[in-house]
Order: sequence, then structure tokens, then C-alpha cells
Amino acid sequence: MFTNFDFGVIWNALPYLFLDGMAFTLQLTVLAAAGGIVLGTLIAMMRLSSFAPLSMLAAGYVNLVRSLPLVLVIFWFYFLIPWVWQWVTGAERPVPVGAFLSALITFTMFEAAYYAEIMRAGIQSVRKGQVGAGYALGMSYRQVMGFVVLPQAFRNMLPVLLTQTIILFQDTSLVYVLSITDFLGAAAKIANRDFRPVEMYLFVAVVYFAISFALSSLVRQLQARTAIVR
Amino acid sequence: MSYNWNWGILLQPSPEGQGTYLDMLLWGLAWTVVTGVCAWIVALIFGSIVGVLRTLPSKAAEWAGFLYVEFFRNIPLVVQLFLWYFVLPELLPAAWGTWLKQLQYAPFYTAVAGIGLYMSARVAEQVRAGIDSMARGQRRAALAVGLTLGQAYRYVLLPMAYRIVLPPLTSEFLNTLKNTSVALTIGLLELTSRARAMQEFSFQVFEAFAVATVLYLILNLLVVVAMRWLERSVAVPGFIAGAR
Repeated sequence: MFTNFDFGVIWNALPYLFLDGMAFTLQLTVLAAAGGIVLGTLIAMMRLSSFAPLSMLAAGYVNLVRSLPLVLVIFWFYFLIPWVWQWVTGAERPVPVGAFLSALITFTMFEAAYYAEIMRAGIQSVRKGQVGAGYALGMSYRQVMGFVVLPQAFRNMLPVLLTQTIILFQDTSLVYVLSITDFLGAAAKIANRDFRPVEMYLFVAVVYFAISFALSSLVRQLQARTAIVR
Repeated sequence: MSYNWNWGILLQPSPEGQGTYLDMLLWGLAWTVVTGVCAWIVALIFGSIVGVLRTLPSKAAEWAGFLYVEFFRNIPLVVQLFLWYFVLPELLPAAWGTWLKQLQYAPFYTAVAGIGLYMSARVAEQVRAGIDSMARGQRRAALAVGLTLGQAYRYVLLPMAYRIVLPPLTSEFLNTLKNTSVALTIGLLELTSRARAMQEFSFQVFEAFAVATVLYLILNLLVVVAMRWLERSVAVPGFIAGAR
């Protein structure tokens, strides 16, 4: 059973696993979360707009993306981006973009749909009277949103936004389907090279668990703290 | 260079020799549905047990439920599938491991178990939330009129709790169906993997993914309609869950 479990395999692979693999995973997670939250907030504002075409467009996008499996969306973007890039730049043929950029665009666009639903709930959690009061003081839409509604919406939704980011962190492991060297991809390469799937995949599971569990415990504390404030 | 659309490709025979490309995608859809439904049954059974555990008046049961949920929630699904598929057979006694690896539908069984257990942690959270959301008086009243704890759950708490969490369970079921696509990493021939195969054989990438997308959307729509119907038909008049 565990008699020939070889810690040496893991030890030797550590630099590759973390400096190549985990670095990719973390960069992708942080950038996609930042981009996803910004884009998601814009989509949420569009969705709550009183201009029907805008809100229908936003709702359509959110519902479409949320109905599809992430793996399919990853493939869609992987093949679609070069054609879009060609169309935008007017190039001769489809332009291949790098693995990282492709993954970043995919996860930003995909997670934006989920962040948008969170931010919509956040914006709606701010009482209507505050918006009215803002306009009554002569503020513009931009000012009401920027100074009154969004700061409170972010604050109310912070635990949920962070939970979604932990999900995003775990979801990035699916770039494996494009043979990209993220944390899981790096481990899979070593597992195949050295015929050591047991050590590598158990180690990957332990690391993902440790990070996600630590972050979700933090979110729980945060939730408990903000719950008292209100 | 612009993309050569060729929708006719769908009706051309696939190189696998079993019908057209469209047939290939529809078989993928069938595997998606079968795997998703089987995994959902696993998720409901284990999720209900663990969800109930977390509401029992026992610290040990509560902790066991907590550990279970945290274990399955904090490891990415694809890693969990790899654990079941690549690691488990190596850790078992040699004869069992070989037997597991040689099973005819090994990716299917692994996907059902792996996705089922992964989703069961989410179902457990919903079931627990459902039970917790009911007025405490209900549990006490049930015990006060002489029901055992088991009877209180069977006749009072669970029937209402399931009705209350039916809408979130619907979205968890949809997630289960979507998550079957992750099993393409262990070789399950579900819809996304078939679309990918069609792209590799025919180079008609956008037709393949467009059809897969439409099939997923139809599947979603059918589930949502069916669950709305279920919600209405089990609603208890006068309760929030049956308000509409």
C-alpha cells in the first residue's frame, strides 16, 4: 500500500511544481478575479439598467455562460480568440495567442457572469432611498454608483466574492484540458514522466485542500465579523 | 483567411464508423445525462445523510459532517477524479486494483462516484440549511408529542426541508450535469469530449461547439421546467415553499 510511497519524488519536483505550476495558477487566479469582478460589476449595472436592450443583453450573457460547463467554455475561447483577434487587427490569418492570455481571457469572461450575479444582489442590498437621496443632492448616476451604492455593495458582498474567488482558484485546475502547466498540469507531467501518480496527485490534493481550507476559514471569520457590525 | 462554415458536416459519417457526427454528439449527450443522473442519485443519498448529521444534537456527528463537507469542497473536482481514477487502484490490494482498472466502464463508474461525492458536499449544505431554516418549535413540538428523533426527521423536518431547498437543489442538479464534462479528463465520452473529438476529426470547430452548446441549453431548459413542475406538485398550501 503506502510501503513504496516515495517522498523524494515530491521533494525533487517542488521547484517545478511551485515556481512553474503554482505561480501560473496564482497569477491566473488573481488577474482573472480582478478582471472578473470589474467586468461582473459592469454587467450587473447593465442588468439593472432601465434601458431594456442593455439589461437583456447582460441577462442573456449571464444566463448563457452559467448554463454551460466550464470545460466547454475553455475550448470555445481557446479556438475563438485567435479568430476574434484576426478580425480585430485585420490580420491575414487567425493569430495564436499564448496559453496564459487565452486562459486569462476565458476565466475573466466566465467568472464575470458569476460575479455579476453576486454584484447584482449586492447592489440590490443597498436601500433604494439612498439612491434617491443621492440624486436629490444633485449627484450624477456615476457619482451615486461610485460613492454611495458600490462601496456598500462590495462591503456587503465581500464574503461571497471571496468564496467565489476560492471556487475560481479551484476551477483554474481545468486548464489541464489545454495541456497548460498550471499546478495540476505540472504535477501530471511529473506523474507521467516518473510513473508516480500516487505521490503527485495526493500531494496536489493536499496543497489545494490546505490553501482552499485556509481561505474559506478566513472567509467564515470575516462573515462572522461583518454580521455583528450590521 | 475566413472561417469555412460547413453545417453539412453534421450529417456526414464520423470516422469512428458509427453514424454521423450528429449521432456522435447525441451519444455524448446521452452519456452526459446518464452520468449526471447517476451521480445526482449518489449526491442526494450521501448529501442527505451528511446534511442530517450536521443538524443532530451531537457534537461528534456535527464534526464528522463538517470534515466531510470541507474535504470534498476544498479539492478541485478534476483532482478528486484523478484520486479515484489513478491513485485509488494503486492503494488497494493488487488484485482489487487490477480488477478496478480493467472494468469495462471504469471512467463512467469513476465519474459517477467522484462527481456524486463532490456534489454530495454541496447537497449536504443545502439540506442542512433547509432543516436549520425551519422554526425550532417544529423539532421540539415533534419530540414533545412523543415522536422519536428518527420519526421527527422522517415525518416533520425532512418533508418540509426538502421542499424548502428544492430551488437550490435544482441548480445543484444543473451543476452536476455540467460537471460531468470534467470527466473527459479521465476518458468519459460525454458531450464536451465528443464535440472536441469532432473538432479534431473534422476541423469544423465552431459547428461542433455550437451544437454542443445548444444541446446543453436545451438540457438546462428541460431540467428547469421539470423542476418547476415538481415544485408546484409537491407544494404544501400555506407554507412559504408553496406560496406560488
